[in-house]
Amino acid sequence: MNQKTDLPQGTLDLLILKIAALGPVHGYAIAQRLEQVSKYVVQVPQGSLYPALHRLENRGLLAGDWKETETGREAKFYRLTRKGRAELETEAASWERLTQAIGLILGLSDGGAE
Amino acid sequence: MNWWHRLLHRNKMEEQLDKELQFHLEHHEAELISAGASPAEARRRARLTLGGPEQVKEECRGARGTLWIEDAWQDLRYALRTLRQKPGFAAVALLTLGLGIGATTLMFTLVNGVLLKPLPYPEPDQLVVVHGKTAEWNAELFGAQNVAYADFLDCQRASRSLDVAAVLFNGGTLSEPGEPEYVDFREISPELFSVLRIPLLHGRAFTPEEDKIGGSPVAILGYGFWQRHFAGSTDAVGSSLTLDGKRYSIVGIAKEGFLLFGQEADLYTPVGQDSARFLRNRVAHPMRVVARLRPGSTLAQAQAEFSLLGRQLAEAYKDSNAGRTFVVQSFRPDVGDVRPILWLLLGAVGLVLLIACANVASLLLARAVSRERELAMRVALGATRGRLVRQCLTESAVLGLAGGALGVFVASFGVRPFVTFWPGALPRAEEVQFDWHVVLFAGAVSILSGLFFGLAPALRAPFKNLQQTLRAGMRSIAGGSRRLHGIFVISEIALAIILLVSAGMLGRTLLYLSSLDPGVDIHNVLVTRMALSPATLADPAKTRAAWKDVLDRARRLPGVQSIATVDTFPMREGDNEEAYSTTADMPPANKLPFALLTNASPDYLKVMGIPLRRGRFFDDHDDLTNTQVVVIDEVLAQNAFGKEDPVGKRLWIPEMGYASNVFEIIGVVGHVRQWGLGGDDQAKVRAQIYYPFSQLPDSLVRRWSELMSIAVRTGTSPLSLVAPLRGELKGASNDQVLYEVHTMEQLADDSLAQQRFLLLLFGIFAALALGLACIGIYGVLAYLTNQRIPEIGVRIALGARPADVIWLVLRQSLGMILVGVALGSAAALGAAQVLRNLVQGMQSTSAVAFAVTIPILVFAAMFASFLPARRASRLDPVTALRQD
Repeated sequence: MNQKTDLPQGTLDLLILKIAALGPVHGYAIAQRLEQVSKYVVQVPQGSLYPALHRLENRGLLAGDWKETETGREAKFYRLTRKGRAELETEAASWERLTQAIGLILGLSDGGAE
Repeated sequence: MNWWHRLLHRNKMEEQLDKELQFHLEHHEAELISAGASPAEARRRARLTLGGPEQVKEECRGARGTLWIEDAWQDLRYALRTLRQKPGFAAVALLTLGLGIGATTLMFTLVNGVLLKPLPYPEPDQLVVVHGKTAEWNAELFGAQNVAYADFLDCQRASRSLDVAAVLFNGGTLSEPGEPEYVDFREISPELFSVLRIPLLHGRAFTPEEDKIGGSPVAILGYGFWQRHFAGSTDAVGSSLTLDGKRYSIVGIAKEGFLLFGQEADLYTPVGQDSARFLRNRVAHPMRVVARLRPGSTLAQAQAEFSLLGRQLAEAYKDSNAGRTFVVQSFRPDVGDVRPILWLLLGAVGLVLLIACANVASLLLARAVSRERELAMRVALGATRGRLVRQCLTESAVLGLAGGALGVFVASFGVRPFVTFWPGALPRAEEVQFDWHVVLFAGAVSILSGLFFGLAPALRAPFKNLQQTLRAGMRSIAGGSRRLHGIFVISEIALAIILLVSAGMLGRTLLYLSSLDPGVDIHNVLVTRMALSPATLADPAKTRAAWKDVLDRARRLPGVQSIATVDTFPMREGDNEEAYSTTADMPPANKLPFALLTNASPDYLKVMGIPLRRGRFFDDHDDLTNTQVVVIDEVLAQNAFGKEDPVGKRLWIPEMGYASNVFEIIGVVGHVRQWGLGGDDQAKVRAQIYYPFSQLPDSLVRRWSELMSIAVRTGTSPLSLVAPLRGELKGASNDQVLYEVHTMEQLADDSLAQQRFLLLLFGIFAALALGLACIGIYGVLAYLTNQRIPEIGVRIALGARPADVIWLVLRQSLGMILVGVALGSAAALGAAQVLRNLVQGMQSTSAVAFAVTIPILVFAAMFASFLPARRASRLDPVTALRQD
C-alpha cells in the first residue's frame, strides 16, 4: 500500500473523463473513485484534480451543473459532453495502443532473457 | 459560457469555486472522522491532501483561460489603491510625466499639423505641381521655376493625364468700396477651383468666356476680404468693386479657410483678361501651375507627357523655349525652414520626456525595493514571477496613462498660445489641431513611457531566497539596486547636459548676433510699401512726377529728416537678385556671380545711415541724359576687384534690360546685412548693387513703381509719423496707400526672432531637465542614504565626524554626476552639430557654453545630494543602530 506510483503525465484527464462517462459526478466522488479504481496504487494529487476539472470544463469536454446530493447539499456535478465523449474515445484508443506497444516491447525483452 | 460571460459573472464563479472546494473538504473530513480520526486531525489531513486552498483556486482560475483579463482588472484596482496610498509619490510621478508627455504631445501636434497632414483639398494625393526646368536656372537660389502663360495654355490643351490650372500672384489698389487699400489678389485660370475640388461658398466660378481679353471684368472674393468689406452679406455677389481703376462685378465668394500656397488671397480675377505683355510672350515665367491627375493616370505618365510637351514647345518656339522642359511633382505643402526646427524641438522635448521617465523609474525602483517583502509574500501565496512582473507593469502603465491624460490636457491648452507665440507666422498654423493622430501618439507615448520606467522595477521583483527576503529587514537586501539607481541618475544628468549646453550655445549665438552691426542705422527709420494712384501709372512721365511729389510733400512734414524711394529693404522679405560681370565677354549665365539689386533715390544712403567708402552716391544729376551709374557695396568691391579701386570701372548686368546692360561704378558703400543679423554671413548672395530710379527707362517705370516703398528717417518715434504721412501722401484722387508699415528696428529684431524663440524654448527645456534631474538625484540619494543608516551609525559610533559622513554620501553622488557629465558632454557635441546645421548664424561649439552650463548642473546636483548627506551626518548613532 505504501508503494504508490505517480500518475503518468496527461493521464489524469483521461481518467477523469472515463469516470464522468459513468454518470454525473462531483469532484470529491471523482477523487474517491480514482483512488478506488486504481486500488490505491495511483496517487492522485488532489490539488491538481480541480484545476484539471476546470480545464476540461473550459475546453467543453465536461459540463458542470449544480445539483443536490443525496445528503441534500448542493454540489457541482460534472458530466461528459458529446465532445468529451469523442475525446475520451480517441484518448482511450491511443492509450490502449501505447500500453500494448509497451507491453509488447517489455514481453520481447523478457523472452530474450530466457 | 463564453469568456466575457465568465468575466461578467466573476463573483459568482468565485463563490462557486469556494463552495466546490469547501464541499470537497467537508466530505473528506466526514469520511476521515467516520474512519476514527478526531475532528481536528480530520480537518488537518483533509487540507493537507487537497493542498493550499489559495493555490488550488489560483490554478483553477488559470484553467479557465480568462485569467489574464481578470488579473488585469485586479491589478488595475490594486494599482489605483497603491497610488492612493502614497499620494506624495503619485503626485510627483504624475506631474513629472504630465509635463514630459504634455510637452512631447504639444510638439507632436505641431509636427502633425504642419509637416504630416496632407493638403486640405479633397484627395490631395492626386494633386501635382508643374515647374519649368532649364539648365541655366539656378533653382537653389530662386526656387522652382514657374511657367509662361502661353506654355501653360498649350500644355493645358494638350494634356491627357492632367487637369491643369494656373495662378498668378498680383497686388493692386482697391479704391471702392471703402477707403483705398492695397489688396493681394490672384489671377487664376477658370479651372482652379474645380481642379482643387473646392466648391465656392456663394456664387459661381469664372466661365471660359470671361477668361479672354475683352471678357467682362469679374472677381471672386476671398472669405476674409468678404467679411471685412461686406460683413459677410450675400448681397456682395452681384455688386461691384474697383481695382486699379477698373470696375469688376463680383460673381462668387471663396470658402472660409481656403488657402492656396499657404495664403488666403483677398480677390481672384480671371488671368485670361489680363493684357499685360509678360503674359503674352514665352520669355517671362510668372504662372504657378497646379494640376490633378485624371482617373487612371499616374505621376510617371504625367511626367512623361509633360517632358514630351516640353520638347515639342522647345521645337516650335526655339527662341524662348530651347532647352526648357517641365517637371511634374506631387503637390506638397511648402513649410520652408520650419521642418528641421520642428523636428529639432520634438527631439528636445523627447529628451525632457526621457528624463521624466528616468525620474519616475528611480522613484518606482525605490518603492519596489521597499515593497520587496510584500512581493515576496505574494510569491509565497502562489503568485508566479510573470504574474508579479505583470502586476508591476500594470501599475506603471496606469501611472503612464494617467500622466498621459494629464499631458494631453496640458497640451490641449498649450497648443494655441504656442502657435501664436511662434516667431513670424507658423506655416499651416490653421492645420495645427488635436485629432486622433495626436491622441494616438499621446497614448502610445504614455504606454511606452510606462513600460520604459516600469520594466526595471518590475524585473527586480524578488523570486529567489524567498525565506531570506521574508525574514530580513528590507535594508539588508537593498544593495543590488544601487547600480540601477546609478544608471538612472547618470542618464538624467547626461540628458540634462545636452539640453543645457544647447541652450548655452543658443544663448551665446544670440548675444553674438545681437552685437553685429546691421550695416544700417536702424534707429528712427520708418519703412513702408507705397502704391501710387493707379491713374498715374499708365504714363511714365506722370509716374516720375508723382514720386517726386511724394518725396517733396513728405520732406516738408515736421519730424521727417530725410526720405527716399527704394524697392527692397534689408531684413524684409522680397529681393531682386541678378547676375553681374566685370567684363563684356561673359561666361554662361549660370557661371556668373549674383548680387542683390536695390533701386533707390539719392537720399537713401542718408535715410539708412549707410557709410560711403569711396566715390559718391547718386544725386539728382544722374538722370536719363547722363551716364548710367551704379553704386556697389564693399563685398562686391572685394569679390570683383580685390584691392583695385572700383570707382570708374564698369559692370555688366545682363538681365537689366536697358542701357545696353553696362553701368559705371561711381561709389562704394558699406555692406548691409540684407538677410538679417543671423542669416547674412552664410547667405548665398551677399554682394549688393544700388541703381538710381531716375535712370530707369520709360518701359520699366510702371513695373518698378508697382512694388515701390519709401524709407523715412525721422526725428521722433517713427510710428508717430505714419498717420501724418498717410494723410499727406494720399494723393489728389485719394487713392494712394501706404501698406506693410515697419520700423527698421522691428525688422532687425524680427530677423533674430527664430534664434530668440529657440533659445527661450531650449532654456525652458533645460530648466525643466535640470529641475527633474535634481529631484531625481535627491530622491535616489535620500533613498540610498536611508538604506545605509545603520552603517553610518556604526561609523559615527566609531568616531567618524560629520564632515566624513557628508563626504561619504557626496562621494557616491559625485561619481554618478561626473560619469553623467562626461557622457552628456560627448552627446552635446553631437547636438551642437545638429544645431549648427539648423540655426542661422549658429556659432561653432564653444568651450564657453560648456564652461558656463556644466558647473550649474554640477552645483545643482551636488546641492540636491547635500541635503540627504547633511541629514545623515546629524544621525544619532544610538537611534541609528537600534533602527530595524
